[in-house]
Amino acid sequence: MAEIITANIGYKPNQDVFSETMQRLAENDKDIIAVTSDSRGSGKLVPFGKKFPKQIVEVGIAEQNLVGVAAGLASCGKKVFAVSPACFLTARALEQIKNDVAYSDNPVKVIGISAGVSYGALGSTHHSLHDFAVLRAINNIIIVAPADNYETEKAVELASQTPHPVYMRFGKKPMPLLNEANDDSFAFGKGRVIREGDDVAIIATGETVYPALLAANKLSEQNISTAVVSMHTIKPLDTALVKKLAEKCRAVITVEEHSVCGGLGEACASYLLQQGIMKPFAIIGIPDEYTVTGSQQDIFNHYDISEKGIAARAVSLLKK
Amino acid sequence: MTIKELKQRSIQYRKNVLKYILQAKAGHTGGSLSCVDILNVLYNDTMNVSPQNFSSPDRDRYIQSKGHSVEALYVVLADKGFFPEKDLETLCQYKSHYIGHPTRKVNGIEQNTGALGHGLPIAAGTALAAKLDGRAYRVFTLLGDGELPEGSNWEAALTAAHYQLDNLCAIIDKNTLQITGATADVCNTDPLDKKFESFGWAVKEVDGNDPGELKKLFDSLPFEKGKPSLVIAHTVKGKGVSFMENDVKWHHGVPGKEQYEKAIEELDHALTVI
Ligand SMILES: Cc1ncc(C[n+]2csc(CCOP(=O)(O)OP(=O)(O)O)c2C)c(N)n1
Ligand SMILES: [Mg+2]
Repeated sequence: MAEIITANIGYKPNQDVFSETMQRLAENDKDIIAVTSDSRGSGKLVPFGKKFPKQIVEVGIAEQNLVGVAAGLASCGKKVFAVSPACFLTARALEQIKNDVAYSDNPVKVIGISAGVSYGALGSTHHSLHDFAVLRAINNIIIVAPADNYETEKAVELASQTPHPVYMRFGKKPMPLLNEANDDSFAFGKGRVIREGDDVAIIATGETVYPALLAANKLSEQNISTAVVSMHTIKPLDTALVKKLAEKCRAVITVEEHSVCGGLGEACASYLLQQGIMKPFAIIGIPDEYTVTGSQQDIFNHYDISEKGIAARAVSLLKK
Repeated sequence: MTIKELKQRSIQYRKNVLKYILQAKAGHTGGSLSCVDILNVLYNDTMNVSPQNFSSPDRDRYIQSKGHSVEALYVVLADKGFFPEKDLETLCQYKSHYIGHPTRKVNGIEQNTGALGHGLPIAAGTALAAKLDGRAYRVFTLLGDGELPEGSNWEAALTAAHYQLDNLCAIIDKNTLQITGATADVCNTDPLDKKFESFGWAVKEVDGNDPGELKKLFDSLPFEKGKPSLVIAHTVKGKGVSFMENDVKWHHGVPGKEQYEKAIEELDHALTVI
């Protein structure tokens, strides 16, 4: 059950699955529109643009304009996916997301590509380590970070049917399938239990679920029973699942490709504390410092977002 | 430096850009090759800036808005002695400060850039500070033609004209390409001269790959007293390497060993016919 299944659609970047799903949806729905800002290459939407030239709108390098135009299109019944690197979309165009999308309830799907530190050595201008935090503080936008190809496909399908704003972020790295992907239970706001366990619970999101699962397998060699959850929806948070895990396990760890400030970890901590549930708790993410330079993998290793790093934190947390 | 020497430098810089991109297996090749002559003339002729005066408040400033073409900037700064060229062997590696966009962790770099549409507003503020302090330094910023749809550029264009920042010179590297394709097809911004003139700027055009023409033009700054100056530099993306020129795939395409050797051969040949 904890096995990582790599057959059928495994090992594609989630971004590729996003683009394939977009093509499938557009096949039967002329209202599906992608809006891009010189970002169709990074968003893997070149084939989409060739196949559906009337369903792609290009605004040039202008992310604020991108989100505003998307809001206008969405207000007229178009199912709009505004696609641009997560770093620019959720920083530069934040006011457009806040006012034109969330506040006005225009059901734009804001798609942040190459999210987190996917752009590694391009540096902090190209990292999105703030997107969960800023969007969590904005009312009326669902925040999703799919872990694998299965979750990505389901999330994109679901978003296209959701009549409200959704933010979704993807990375560039090929992702293995994490679990039996043939159940149809995927829903926003419902975390997926990838592995059961009762010593420590690891609540991870996006591309960090995979190293969390590897860490859990490693911990089981030391007879530490570890639960792993893919918390693909950061908001609304699956508080029932967070509560259940924290009550059952001796310690809780969260993992995210995001600043430790204001993301998944703090959302869980805030909820648990207000419920009066106090367990040894650790947030693994990018600390509040000048981010180390290097590739995504270098950065992950440096900050313990790795099999070894997560397992070591679990062991030390259980000693508390 | 004579024009001939400047031309030789440009070719050497191109060779170095390719060398370090090959080593790092990463980089923005096309845009670095298109702007290298501009950086060459600014740093070796026009600007009053060097490792010796870099902490002086009176130095001229250069802010690279099209931060992705950082390899060109690194190579020129190394040649000026801001840091040992050998440092560039760590380009894009774990813990190296020589990353894919300019940061102030590298000696000689004024501002951290990489998100497009930031250079001109910062340059306007830097030029305004000179006016407020009665200092004579000048501020240069380099923009890509693809980054012009960012609204912040046009907001800063208004500020610069409003405050009569004739100590500010913005240069557009008009290589006519961006990532998706031709800039004219992605989001047409022409006619740039009329747009900027109507915003209150003095505008001149130049062959941006000709060091001699660039020198002459920069020598005539400011183009008009009381107005910020805009240089529309007509350039070729991938300039100097036949198979890279005018081909979008070299925006962030990285050469393999064979392509690299072929490129160096062409550039070495160009050195012999200056
Ligand atoms: C705000 C922002 N949006 C998008 C990008 C991604 N990006 C990097 S380079 C580039 C194309 C730039 O084209 P151009 O300005 O013409 O540069 P050049 O041709 O000189 O390389 C894009 C879209 C970015 N760096 N910053
Ligand atoms: Mg260009």
